Amino acid sequence: MSASTIAHSHTRIPSVISSEEYLSWGRYPRVVHNAVHQVYWPEEIQPILMKSDHAECLPYGLGRSYGDSCLNEGRSLIDCSRLTRILSFDRVTGRIWCEAGVSLADILRIVVPAGWFLPVTPGTKFATVGGAIANDVHGKNHHRAGSFGLHVVRFLLCRSDRGVLECCPDQNPELFGATIGGLGLTGVLLSAEIQLKQIIGDRINCESIPFDSIADFQAISTESDCKFEYTVAWVDSFSRKRLRGILFRGNHRKDFHVAQKDKSGPKIPFSFPQFLLNRRSLALFNFAYYQWKSLYGSRTSAPLDAFFYPLDSIRQWNLVYGKSGFLQYQLVIPESECDSFEEVLKVIAKDGLGSFLAVLKRFGSLRSPGMLSFPRPGLTLALDFPMRGERTLRLLATLDEIVNQAGGALYPAKDARMSPQMFEASFPKWRDFRSFIDPAMSSSFWRRVTESFPWKKS
Amino acid sequence: MLLVGRSAQHLEIVAADLRVRGAKEVITFKADLADVSQHPQVIAFVQEQFPDLECVLLAYGTMQDQEACRHSVEMSLREWESNFISAAALLTAFADIFERRKCGCIAAITSVAGDRGRSSNYVYGAAKGALSLFLQGLRGRLHNSNVRVLTIKPGPVKTPMTTGLRQSRAFANSVSVASDICRALENDSHDILYTPWYWRYVMAAVKLIPEGVFKRVSI
Repeated sequence: MSASTIAHSHTRIPSVISSEEYLSWGRYPRVVHNAVHQVYWPEEIQPILMKSDHAECLPYGLGRSYGDSCLNEGRSLIDCSRLTRILSFDRVTGRIWCEAGVSLADILRIVVPAGWFLPVTPGTKFATVGGAIANDVHGKNHHRAGSFGLHVVRFLLCRSDRGVLECCPDQNPELFGATIGGLGLTGVLLSAEIQLKQIIGDRINCESIPFDSIADFQAISTESDCKFEYTVAWVDSFSRKRLRGILFRGNHRKDFHVAQKDKSGPKIPFSFPQFLLNRRSLALFNFAYYQWKSLYGSRTSAPLDAFFYPLDSIRQWNLVYGKSGFLQYQLVIPESECDSFEEVLKVIAKDGLGSFLAVLKRFGSLRSPGMLSFPRPGLTLALDFPMRGERTLRLLATLDEIVNQAGGALYPAKDARMSPQMFEASFPKWRDFRSFIDPAMSSSFWRRVTESFPWKKS
Repeated sequence: MLLVGRSAQHLEIVAADLRVRGAKEVITFKADLADVSQHPQVIAFVQEQFPDLECVLLAYGTMQDQEACRHSVEMSLREWESNFISAAALLTAFADIFERRKCGCIAAITSVAGDRGRSSNYVYGAAKGALSLFLQGLRGRLHNSNVRVLTIKPGPVKTPMTTGLRQSRAFANSVSVASDICRALENDSHDILYTPWYWRYVMAAVKLIPEGVFKRVSI
């Protein structure tokens, strides 16, 4: 048995598995994919792209996008979640270079003990670096640090037509800007280098302050943004009278503690029946939470995980919404249009469908290099709605109109249903982005929001 | 830590990752372990670089199209060469090394497929079964020399080897299987590790089925 015979027999040809179900985090819409390519090494991606049909593929990480921006109905996904190697980490400069499938959780596990943290983090640490770049994620410190794209030093992008390219502000700068917030459509990210930020400890000093009007929120927010690195408000979406909520604000606290063993929290084992999440139970929850926090909130310190990722500790929390899933809706409205903002909240409260989590923040003015970047100056509100069919869709369409009138925008990473008109209003320069799309890539989201606009297939 | 594999590039990527994650020293050596003629170099390198070797883990294997293997002697021979013959050859060499030192741990990944011959994958199953048997004998031989022999029997796992198969929910996540293996290596808890844990009981039941019944069932 010659060595070459044996070697040849071990060549692994990247094969295709027909889909097990690949879902987004909202579990809506549920679509079937034609094929899913599982990749284990970066060099496997280019052959897949080159053999693909036009507009056939979309990269998939850990599926934490809520709507259909990470889905590609009837076409293919390239599952990059096994590109999980960290290639280098400089403990002195805080630069980390890793494959695109590395999760933010994995990065944190390595860097926090060394005194570093993510410069920007979304509400979940179970997203990949590739996903964080493709959605240009933002977090509680947007008013200080902007969005994730501002902290990306460079990345390697694989395209069907140009092979593997290094992109940074000095090299392929336009592709760099198109890929940040580019929803995976400009090619497949292979690896990226991020500039981390130094921290003084692994806990956060946090405070909570209740507010009961939008003016109240604005005043507290202005004061808090000056003194605190992290600010975010929870809002009672059932309150019909005035905007009622609690602002949480925090700063890093000195000192590192002995590493706690990674304790997995409770896990939601199955889809909850829908009746549990109804108007009355949610309203009651919201009321109780507001009262509790008003009385006991005040000052405390919290570990990083509890402050930044409270929901992550309940694994599969998205199952609470039942089999029909839920829709996330995140809007931004210029602060000058406060009235529209209040109208949005009134419409939601009146409808009674209710949002389990309504999160409010004031965006800062730091602009990302991303072409389709969502964060812009204004007030941003993120809401969950159980998917109850037409009723939910009608409510969101009503909200769209208000947001549109106010010159606001919606966030694609959370969207499962915005119309092409709403997309145009949110991203008037989307046609500039179009020329950077890799001919082999497409997504359910993209087809949906650009369908009515005839565009040339290159 | 020493990593041996066929692709120098992949070895370097994995080594870099391990170093970032805290491995004190990672050395790589390129070799095709399925090729017995390359073994002497591997053994020589190990003995030179790692005179105090504590543990060796054989974690390589192939699974060609089993249907095609049924009809091809050549393909079957390749399957047995890579999954059993080469592994047994390596183990023979390491057994002597550890026996002389009177300490250490030898581990190898076989498979639940080696617990009973199934019509759907007996070519692969035979190789893994033979390896399990070999390890079992080795365990007895090396027991008095204080050398531990661990047989790792995973059920179906999502890996590059199984991408061609229809992967159902029964396929385990490779990260959790790896955790099980690490834990078993650290604690001296198992001679034979089934991972995920329930395969021990599934296979116990499967092994009890009378042959007359089993041959009629196409699993």
